[in-house]
Amino acid sequence: MDITSPAFKSNVKRALADKQLQRAMGNVKVGFVKKRSAARDKLPEFDQLRDQARDIKDHTLEYLDLYYEIYEQKVREAGGKVHWAATAEDARDIILKICQAHDAKTVTKGKSMIAEEIALNEHLEAAGITPVETDLGEYIIQLRNEPPSHIIGPAIHLNRDQVEASFRRAHDHLPDERSLDEVSELVDEARQVLRQKYIDADVGITGANYLVAETGTSIIVTNEGNGDLTQSLPKVHIVCTSLEKLVPTLEDVSTILRVLARSATGQEFSTYTTLSTGARREGDPDGPEEYHVVILDNGRSDMLGTEFQDMLRCIRCGACMNHCPVYHSVGGHAYGWVYPGPMGSVLTPTLIGVDKAGHLPNASTFCGRCEAVCPMHIPLPKMMRHWREREFEHHLTPRTVRTSLGIWAFLARRPALYHLASSVFIRALKLLAFGRSRLKSVPLAGGWTRHRDLPMPEGRTFQEMWRAGGHE
Amino acid sequence: MSSIDKSKIDTTASRTRILNKLGATLATGKDRDARAEAVKTHLRQHKRNLVPERGNVEGAERIALFRAQAEAVAASVVEVKSADEVPEAITAHLREHNLPARVKHGDDPGLTGLPWGKTPTLERDSGPANGDDAVSLSRAFSAVAETGTLILVSGADNPTTLNFLPENHIVVLDAKDLGGAYEDAWDRVREAYGAGTMPRTVNMISGPSRTADVEQTIQLGAHGPRSLHIIIVNGE
Repeated sequence: MDITSPAFKSNVKRALADKQLQRAMGNVKVGFVKKRSAARDKLPEFDQLRDQARDIKDHTLEYLDLYYEIYEQKVREAGGKVHWAATAEDARDIILKICQAHDAKTVTKGKSMIAEEIALNEHLEAAGITPVETDLGEYIIQLRNEPPSHIIGPAIHLNRDQVEASFRRAHDHLPDERSLDEVSELVDEARQVLRQKYIDADVGITGANYLVAETGTSIIVTNEGNGDLTQSLPKVHIVCTSLEKLVPTLEDVSTILRVLARSATGQEFSTYTTLSTGARREGDPDGPEEYHVVILDNGRSDMLGTEFQDMLRCIRCGACMNHCPVYHSVGGHAYGWVYPGPMGSVLTPTLIGVDKAGHLPNASTFCGRCEAVCPMHIPLPKMMRHWREREFEHHLTPRTVRTSLGIWAFLARRPALYHLASSVFIRALKLLAFGRSRLKSVPLAGGWTRHRDLPMPEGRTFQEMWRAGGHE
Repeated sequence: MSSIDKSKIDTTASRTRILNKLGATLATGKDRDARAEAVKTHLRQHKRNLVPERGNVEGAERIALFRAQAEAVAASVVEVKSADEVPEAITAHLREHNLPARVKHGDDPGLTGLPWGKTPTLERDSGPANGDDAVSLSRAFSAVAETGTLILVSGADNPTTLNFLPENHIVVLDAKDLGGAYEDAWDRVREAYGAGTMPRTVNMISGPSRTADVEQTIQLGAHGPRSLHIIIVNGE
């Protein structure tokens, strides 16, 4: 998919002016936040579970090489095969080769962010294979040729009437006069249209929320049941996943599952949690004859041992974006690639480079809500600051910002000079105000005053007032 | 796996590169045997982490919790006193919801051995789902009271597709197989299949299929079953 992260600022302007988007984002602000909070209140141990979930992932990352050796062995014992992909290109090629070995014409797909990350659909289409997204949200955006705007609700930026329009355009074999006024009618139509596709598909591709080393198992968590139809009806099941998804035992994954759905949709547990281990067993009346797991690195191993390692704990629940005022305002597409919101602002520069994604870590008010709700206690604001530092070190920050920061740093290191400069500045502002208490515009600060007035200072600095009050 | 060989996919080079890189970061300067032992011990012990108090109930209380949790996610639940009453409970459910008197199920002895003679009008098919079945019937391997979750396993007698393709799913659960927490189910899986071994598919199912992908409005019956009916056999 095209990367538009470098154009973040113009993306944002467009997003803020997009009435449909703003209407859709209104649902996000309220819905997810309330539901998570209710789910949390219903489970007294929720916060302790978060601490343990973090510790489980930290432990796994510390021994990741060894756990993978065991995991791979277990997959093999269960009749499956693990493929290693260092890059997105490697992963695409492996998946394409598996599909071609089976003369696949169509493949059904469960929701997979890794498939988005490696732009799998484009690659399959170029080779003459038709990918069919089966998650309702993914299906809608596939019809519209759009990328997902949220990691668990890919079509969250759309309203019902937009979905209706897309269905009328795509399903032109159905009568024009049919009603699609209700959400239930849209869901039913997608169900009918996709039904036969599951049965006809040659290969089913899913993601994995987790891999379990103890048993060589991959796990998907869904509500619709589309992932299960995708992986149990075709002859071949390909799991498309990435390096950080491994956990040691079934007990460990249970702890993480207890915080996942509650953090994501506010459900106590998602409708379907499915554990798949290897291929169909002898005598099994259904299930795939082949089971492949493609494990993508794509820069993740470089994060280990760095200040970004904690990001590898991410379980992709989406709580950080559900609670982010910037995400609420601009939606997911403004971020310009696969992963939006706070987790995207940290992950995207790692995966596509800080030169392309440098705006993203700057798109934060540092309000800290993302870290406060993260079930894995990932210090997202701290990591966004690390990226800002890197961006500065690499001279990617605009010249005006660098110069201003330079001047500020020079003054901040010299307290006497700083006091002098700030008292001069404050008096100058006061003078500029001509007795008014608020300024509508300030030279060089147009970006700030365009949306609000600047309240006027008292004419003296805080320290001057403090001293005048008899304090030392 | 002949077709894998045919496609000649060999990712050994990437494997070596990735695992070596992990090793260089993680293992450098550390005791090799101690690391290996830490991993082996963790897997062998598979210790329980914190298990929420909620599921720590037994007997009638556990069944009541399971019922309440399953009903909260839109499953319907009935209790019968013995397995002999299951066929009639099924026909009653089908009648009540205007469903055809035909079910498809696997060859699980827990199902084939039921006294079907009591419900002569009920037609039964066996085998995996083919897309035309309106109602399927499965036997739960276990269940978890904590969140009203059924645990179904695949096998020669238990086709997975029956859990997803038909519009209506009926599941028979023996109260003896009901645990409090997910961890209880894993103990049962280990007991049945051996430690570190799993059936091809384990399905944890909490209510019928749903989606909230359009305007966050929850809609039942997305791709999987529109209804989930649970019959608990509670012989006391």
